[in-house]
Amino acid sequence: MFYGVDLTSRLMLGTAQYPSPQVLLEAIEASGAEVITVSLRREGAAGGAFRDLLAKSRCRLLPNTAGCHTVREAVTTARMAREVFGTSWIKLEVIGHADTLQPDPFALVEAARVLCAEGFDVFPYTTEDLIVGEKLLEAGCKVLMPWGAPIGSGQGLRNLAGLRTMRAHFPDVPLVVDAGIGAPSQAAQAMELGFDAVLLNTAVAKAIDPVGMARAFGRAIQAGREGHQAGLMPERDMASASTPVFGLAELA
Amino acid sequence: MIHSVLGEGVTALCCATALFDRGLDVEVIVPDGAPEPASRFAGGMLAPFCEGESAPDLIVAKGQAAVNWWAAHVPGVVRQGTLVVAPPRDVSELERFARATREHDWVSPGDLEPDLAGRFARGLFFSSEAHLDPRQALASLRSRLESRGVSFRTGAPRGWIVDCRGLASREDLADLRGVRGEMLIVHAPDVALTRPVRLLHPRFPCYIVPRENGRYMIGATMVESARRGGVTARAAMELLSAAYTLHPGFAEAEILELGAGLRPSFPDNIPAIRHAADRIHVNGMYRHGFLMAPVCAEQLATELAELHVHAD
Repeated sequence: MFYGVDLTSRLMLGTAQYPSPQVLLEAIEASGAEVITVSLRREGAAGGAFRDLLAKSRCRLLPNTAGCHTVREAVTTARMAREVFGTSWIKLEVIGHADTLQPDPFALVEAARVLCAEGFDVFPYTTEDLIVGEKLLEAGCKVLMPWGAPIGSGQGLRNLAGLRTMRAHFPDVPLVVDAGIGAPSQAAQAMELGFDAVLLNTAVAKAIDPVGMARAFGRAIQAGREGHQAGLMPERDMASASTPVFGLAELA
Repeated sequence: MIHSVLGEGVTALCCATALFDRGLDVEVIVPDGAPEPASRFAGGMLAPFCEGESAPDLIVAKGQAAVNWWAAHVPGVVRQGTLVVAPPRDVSELERFARATREHDWVSPGDLEPDLAGRFARGLFFSSEAHLDPRQALASLRSRLESRGVSFRTGAPRGWIVDCRGLASREDLADLRGVRGEMLIVHAPDVALTRPVRLLHPRFPCYIVPRENGRYMIGATMVESARRGGVTARAAMELLSAAYTLHPGFAEAEILELGAGLRPSFPDNIPAIRHAADRIHVNGMYRHGFLMAPVCAEQLATELAELHVHAD
């Protein structure tokens, strides 16, 4: 449940870097995603034609503050996004480092506090740090979006133990792994760990066949979620035969 | 009946040329007060195989005709291929580019461009590609037409209307949008490159196209925005640092021009010929103007020539 919205598909798809809007729409369709992110910072108010095309996907829009480096920039962009897209949902990104694009946790919490107070439904892009997570919840966020790895890096879940701990620490908070996912298997892994959704962009947009990759991710995420719900078997140190030894043929 | 071709960019001039070459009666209507055509800011790369990195197969297949078309119509087509390189830490981008394209060879960049020796260990070479100077090519097409008696005028079109006004046709083409591109032209006498070089980078890809007399075009951003107006500081910074990564000599370059244009684009980013009640639109060149305008123009000319034969 993300701010009162139940989703069938647990894939959230970014909309940047596709070969064309047409391919993007086909990828969204193939992936089954019901939420797509869209940026405003660089395109500005004059990006209306592209946004009109996105509206054709009939997905719920999650505007983001991609490219913002300060609290003020992020808050201004969020307010503009609410006006342009007519939604209180906002994926809050406050970038702290130009090279790794990692979030600035201090500015993030501050911006989240401002936006939550203004009635925004904030999806904060954060690290797996538990204290930052707690501060974000305290600021009013009802969803957390830890990174898998730096944006666009395709490294997958870089701190598996940290993400497990985070899942265990916030059992009732919707958690979305956002950024760094490069392969369907990595997305499935996030879902098997019990995360509620996965948000990704580059792995699909820059695939040789984005539509095929979108479909693959949709299925992997579905498989990972079903696997988690069905209860994964524990790892064991020793082999445990899956075929009983009774009834073996007696070969004279 | 006369054919009024509307526009002054690459699409209009190619259409007028192709129609004229079929023996059809042509004039060019230059729109009054229109912004500079986007093709003035183009790279002028005739690179169908490189474009295949993100463009559909149709562009790769049809675009191959562009090199010979241009060479047959204007001087200054340089057939030196395209070189693609990546900084050491982004070599995986090069692998991806190789997978997404064809008709290339792995090369040592320094063997082709001595100025890049020691800077890049490996590169991709697309030997069949070419480049030209867009502004010279447009001027050559225009004077070629004018010298053959085709008139360029302002005012109302007549006869068969071929509308090639790019984004200005948006009121008639609801799904046409602008994709902003920003570029620079520099004078860099310390750098000697003979062919277009593409520098791959996950966030700031750029290409550099040599022009005459030590000048280089550095391009180009791709922003989903129809905002006109000058180059942003961010775009200039990104393009210049990419150029500097390619060759430090660009740090000493003199900036001659900063330019921005809007690429007219349909949702699939594929150019199209569309028939409306009172005109034919040739539009949506996206980033493939010099590659695809000749292709569209020849297709249009074939259609119209056949139509007129049947009408007679």
